[in-house]
Amino acid sequence: MNTSSLLLTIVVLIAVAYFFGRRRSVSLADTSQGGYRNLNSLPFYYGTLTALWCGIPALLVVALWLVFDNTIIDSLILAQLPEPVRALPDGELGLVLNSIKNLAAENMTAGDPEPYVVAAADSLNRITAISQMAMAVLGLTLGMSLAVFSWFRIQPQQKARLQVEKVFKFILLSCASIAILTTVGIVFSVIFESLRFFQAVPFTEFIFGTHWSPQMAIRADQVGSSGAFGIIPLFTGTLLISAIALIVAVPTGLMTAIYLSEYASSTVRSIVKPLLEVLAGIPTVVYGFFAALTIAPLIRDGGAWTFEFLGLQMAISSESALAAGLVMGVMIIPFVSSLSDDVINAVPQALRDGSFGLGATRSETIKQVVLPAALPGIVGSVLLAASRAIGETMIVVMAAGLAANLTANPLESVTTVTVQIVTLLVGDQEFDSPKTLAAFALGLMLFIVTLALNYLALHVVKKYREQYE
Amino acid sequence: MEATVGSANTIGKLNSEAPVSKATANYKEQAAGKTVGIPFVEHPKMSMRDVQVYYGDKQAIFDVGLDIGKNEVVAMIGPSGCGKSTFLRCLNRMNDTIDICRVEGSLKLEELDIYDPKLDVVPLRARVGMVFQKPNPFPKSIYDNVAYGPRIHGLVSRKSELDEIVETSLRRAGLWEEVKDRLLSPGTGLSGGQQQRLCIARTIAVSPEVILMDEPCSALDPIATAKIEELIAELSANFTIAIVTHSMQQAARVSDRTAYFHLGKLIEVNETEKVFTNPDHELTEAYITGRFG
Repeated sequence: MNTSSLLLTIVVLIAVAYFFGRRRSVSLADTSQGGYRNLNSLPFYYGTLTALWCGIPALLVVALWLVFDNTIIDSLILAQLPEPVRALPDGELGLVLNSIKNLAAENMTAGDPEPYVVAAADSLNRITAISQMAMAVLGLTLGMSLAVFSWFRIQPQQKARLQVEKVFKFILLSCASIAILTTVGIVFSVIFESLRFFQAVPFTEFIFGTHWSPQMAIRADQVGSSGAFGIIPLFTGTLLISAIALIVAVPTGLMTAIYLSEYASSTVRSIVKPLLEVLAGIPTVVYGFFAALTIAPLIRDGGAWTFEFLGLQMAISSESALAAGLVMGVMIIPFVSSLSDDVINAVPQALRDGSFGLGATRSETIKQVVLPAALPGIVGSVLLAASRAIGETMIVVMAAGLAANLTANPLESVTTVTVQIVTLLVGDQEFDSPKTLAAFALGLMLFIVTLALNYLALHVVKKYREQYE
Repeated sequence: MEATVGSANTIGKLNSEAPVSKATANYKEQAAGKTVGIPFVEHPKMSMRDVQVYYGDKQAIFDVGLDIGKNEVVAMIGPSGCGKSTFLRCLNRMNDTIDICRVEGSLKLEELDIYDPKLDVVPLRARVGMVFQKPNPFPKSIYDNVAYGPRIHGLVSRKSELDEIVETSLRRAGLWEEVKDRLLSPGTGLSGGQQQRLCIARTIAVSPEVILMDEPCSALDPIATAKIEELIAELSANFTIAIVTHSMQQAARVSDRTAYFHLGKLIEVNETEKVFTNPDHELTEAYITGRFG
């Protein structure tokens, strides 16, 4: 019995268990004395409880089996191999094991297989079949016997609902912990790799260095590639582009939100809002080539013309922070406008009425009553947009370039932290050179900055909440 | 006060048993009935004639004619959904904020046509202030709540004048003693009754001529209610007040005249005492004796 048909059988078994559990509780409900009222819980819960008793242990057995059976079978096979083969180093032993598995699965090998390989492949096939059968028998027997056990336990006074709710609460909790555990895992892996990086490059050099050129010599005689890992140019680049993006997005988005929630008729609103949200759905790579092919040349030509007109001798790079920032600003407009629109709408109409009732104009009402009341949410939306801007990679790669210039001039090309992480990790890389490990250190820095930003946002929001509610 | 006859409609006996949803024919029949009692006064502060209000296709107010005299307190009572709040909100065009709402008829504040399309509602609302059902202080300090109106209307040029207006308004609203030490703490931190008095202080800080109150005590406990009622009595010396209320005792306590609304029509307007002791219309009597409502 293979795994998928086993799973299907378990599902059928669960359905059967539900049916019988429910039926037993219904038949136990004494109709002469009020029917279902005699039962502690509704029949649905008795059915579900029986199904859970059947399904969870069976599925758990199958899951554990699938996780561990490979390791166990491998060690069994290895134990059968002749002594000289077992003495081989790990890498070669792995190759032997692989050819055994290939022979067992598809009956094909490179050249004539050694006799001990053929023998091992045969026994592998045998053991696998036994293991499959054992898994099916164990899983189904366990499921069925527990279902029967639970079926016999059904009593009118059994607190089936509480037990079912407890199980579902546990399932919800484990779903929540998946996200948390993943985050913790990612953080730790980034921290450990970063620590390895900091063994090669001093922490102070990384934090305070003003030069970024992560080319490490691979051979001792290689020239022109001494690594320099100063993150200041990267962070200034990130800040410059994000600042340009926010300068575009925050006023535009906020005013859009004010227009949509306070001035627009419901017809206009119902058309404009979804259209704006389409902006958020455009893949960033599309924004990227829009920036690289349309905006950047426009800025270069326009700038060149302006400088010529003013009689200045200045060249403008065809890849500029300005182009990337402008397009990124357009990209994050919907984040600001949509969220701000929601929070502005959430300001109670009573507050507006109160202000109108005193003879305030619409604009006075918006500026002095609505916006202060919506401020925490607006700050939240701006910070969300900011973290999008900081994390954005594609537009920067395409429109702002890869050169790590330390500059505040938006017309020069700059690069950002995320872009450097990408360039450090693409292609063939050794995973023990500082060049590659630098990506993890950058990731850690970015993580810390974003975390600080989120903390700041929470703090700001909390402060205003206390003041206003 | 002299009773004048309103619109010259034919008299149709109103049927108190008519179910709300019966049909338009029934509405028309009832709409033909005219208001009994004394809806009109000499030299009114506000005068409304033949007012019709529609929400989309649905008509909410039928042919209402009513005067509010200077420094008079007029109470509007009636069962839920009878249109009294809708009518009140017409008086300073608060219904403008509702897109589908349409108002017809003549509504005047002294000589000013309230629904003149060219009229700017801002000065109108400064003259006709409003206090709402639920206390709605702004998310600002107590001081800024009261100072809001005078500031936006540019009533003051110096801080000391503003301080004075804030103090006077809070005193008149009977709130000064309770809040004078914490003028800079948020208005939302006050209790419900204090918040409502703050809203009243905020309204009178603009020195309106008329104050509209839409069930100002419905969210308050009896003690806070008593304070607000006391306040209304004091304010009536200087302001003209129209108050919508669900509490008949409240109408009896605070008002000079009482208007009874039923299904969008103004059934009876009389001196408050008469309405509650010897109403002219059987519908009014049925309502105040608690047979429905």
